[in-house]
Amino acid sequence: MAGHGPSTDWGEDKASDYKERLGIYLFIVYCIVYAGFVLINAVSPKMMGLIVISGMNLAVVYGMGLIILAIVMGVIYNHMCTKAEDRMNK
Amino acid sequence: MIYDPSIFAVVLFIAFVIAVLGISKYFASRTKSSAGYYAAGGQIHWGVNGIAFAGDYLSAASFLGIAGMIAFMGYDGFLYSIGYLAGWVVALFVVAEPLKKAGKYTFTDALDSKFNSKAIQLTAAISTLVVSVCYLIPQMVGAGALITPLLGLPHYVGVVLVGSIVIFIVATAGMASTTYVQFIKGGMLIIFSTILTIALLINGYKLNPQDHYHEFSVLKAESSNGEVTAVLEDGYNIVGQNTALGIVKLEKDDIQTWWQLMEQGTVLLQAPSKVALANGDVLYNGAPKSERRFFQVGHMSKIIVDGKEVDKTGPIGPFEFLSTLTNSEVVLFTMKNFTEGGDRVTVWLHTPTPGEQIMRPGVMFKLDNGATFMTRLNFVSLMLALFFGTSALPHILIRYYTVPSPKDARKSTIVAIASIGFFYILTLYMGLGAMTHGVLDLESSNMSAPLLAKSFGIALFACISAVAFATVLGTVSGLIVAASGAVAHDLLSNFAGIHMTDAGQVKAGKISAVVVGIVAIILGIIFKGMNVSFLVGLAFSVAASANLPAILMVIFWKKTSAVGVAVSVMVGMLSALLIILLSPSMYAMYGLDPATAPSPLDQPGIITIPLSFIVLVVFSLLFPTKNGKAVAA
Repeated sequence: MAGHGPSTDWGEDKASDYKERLGIYLFIVYCIVYAGFVLINAVSPKMMGLIVISGMNLAVVYGMGLIILAIVMGVIYNHMCTKAEDRMNK
Repeated sequence: MIYDPSIFAVVLFIAFVIAVLGISKYFASRTKSSAGYYAAGGQIHWGVNGIAFAGDYLSAASFLGIAGMIAFMGYDGFLYSIGYLAGWVVALFVVAEPLKKAGKYTFTDALDSKFNSKAIQLTAAISTLVVSVCYLIPQMVGAGALITPLLGLPHYVGVVLVGSIVIFIVATAGMASTTYVQFIKGGMLIIFSTILTIALLINGYKLNPQDHYHEFSVLKAESSNGEVTAVLEDGYNIVGQNTALGIVKLEKDDIQTWWQLMEQGTVLLQAPSKVALANGDVLYNGAPKSERRFFQVGHMSKIIVDGKEVDKTGPIGPFEFLSTLTNSEVVLFTMKNFTEGGDRVTVWLHTPTPGEQIMRPGVMFKLDNGATFMTRLNFVSLMLALFFGTSALPHILIRYYTVPSPKDARKSTIVAIASIGFFYILTLYMGLGAMTHGVLDLESSNMSAPLLAKSFGIALFACISAVAFATVLGTVSGLIVAASGAVAHDLLSNFAGIHMTDAGQVKAGKISAVVVGIVAIILGIIFKGMNVSFLVGLAFSVAASANLPAILMVIFWKKTSAVGVAVSVMVGMLSALLIILLSPSMYAMYGLDPATAPSPLDQPGIITIPLSFIVLVVFSLLFPTKNGKAVAA
């Protein structure tokens, strides 16, 4: 399996550095939110039982929130990358 | 537990599986070369590829394992959903773009891209092999878990069945998991899970969950200081006690059953039990399995809506479903093992648990009551391994490149993340539904979701089982192909330099596929009963420890050297495996006392992932590569 070239040729991409940096920034933001979830559970677990909205507790809201945040960030990432590609790869 | 197979279910199941395999063969026959296989998705729409991505990724381990763990442990199972999905963030935002820029799209290629080092080729191939086997075990256990309620056959039959089918296919024709097949499987898994969740919401919660739900017998008794002195009911004789657990063994009509002391010692409640006698027989609630004295469980002791106790809720909305459970009380069944004379006894104790404890982590990963530094560390370790594990799985990133442009690659990944995320949210509902609807098999958490589906209708059950089974087939063949490729191509051909003709290489690949398949079958039988999501989590830990530090450092650190990479991969992999094999959970599986396990942690990640990073840095500085350049330079 070693030594294969790329499966499709995507050509030169001037937006690549921008996309990498953007990816890292978004990753760091997500990391912080994820770390918050882990830390609250490890250090102050009772807080996860607080009722937040519609009778659901922080654990449920935060947990679902992490899932939804990943999707939202993906959409944002895609939007900004596409704009950058259009701008830089004329 | 005894399962009654239904002819209708079996026929529907077989038809479904044949259809999926047929479509797969049709598309496979149209892709002739390896280039064709890898570029198969080259012209596929990003929406289709996205769902296919999800179908590829959502193994039956997700469906069975997570729902099963939530059914028995509550929110702790959902932690896996959160962690698995968060891993996609790492894959998309950090790893995918640089890898694409390097023009490499398999893990081994990417690691070796700047070095062309024998050491890396060897260690990366071994790592691929080991991670593939670790990932295979839960799939095989899942296969056994699916076949049993469907056909009424024992676990090992399902495992051998899947293993044989896959070995046969891979060894004769080579199974190309094409995009369209994965699209169909992914789509169907999500659709049927949605249907199941909607059925749950319409049904609502009921104190008496099923029409024929087992009524637990209750006896009046007398006791003092926790020891039962008399049973106030005819026909029962006291034949044993375990005061530490608060249980007593009674005999009536030659049947021995275990009972739990409740209500300050005045009432005995029947507790499900399984006894492995010294002579090898196994008794379920005092009688052999064929007498069907064992039963499905899972009920609530209190349902509270708007501060009032009710018998049932009627149709209920998604938020209400969660909030009502939070306010109510569920009877969990806590498993206890002990020996009595020469017998090994397993009792499941009724443990009424407030919903508010179930709806946050703590039942399995002790963070609040009963928490120690180690249990908290174990939790953090798990969340770390899951976060880093997704992007470290060798077979995940490949699909990123099978679309015509970077825009499409991103869009398909986002469709994948959205579908997977939506599915994981559904697992919370399915798991909690199984917990409260009287369908659980105490011996196997993996069967929770299919059994819940069965309670709503045989057709839904058969369809879900068929989709899950087809998914297992797809995942298992993909893994066996990857593992046999690592052996035949990377190890024998590239590394050892054994020159083989094309035909010889293909033959070596097929022989390796058979060997790996047999190993997988054996392990799948050994690990019976372990929750598959737990097993996948362990596979993630090994991948995250072995592969991820290497791939991140190759991308981002210029001074990474070939020796550093090779040593990091091996150290990460071996340390993770060592800790896992010496962990309390594994000791319990070996039949030994978990308290004697050398490793205090089940989850190795928090130790092995940093260790792997440190080793890479140290060895890269000690043994620099000449003219080595990091991928991003």
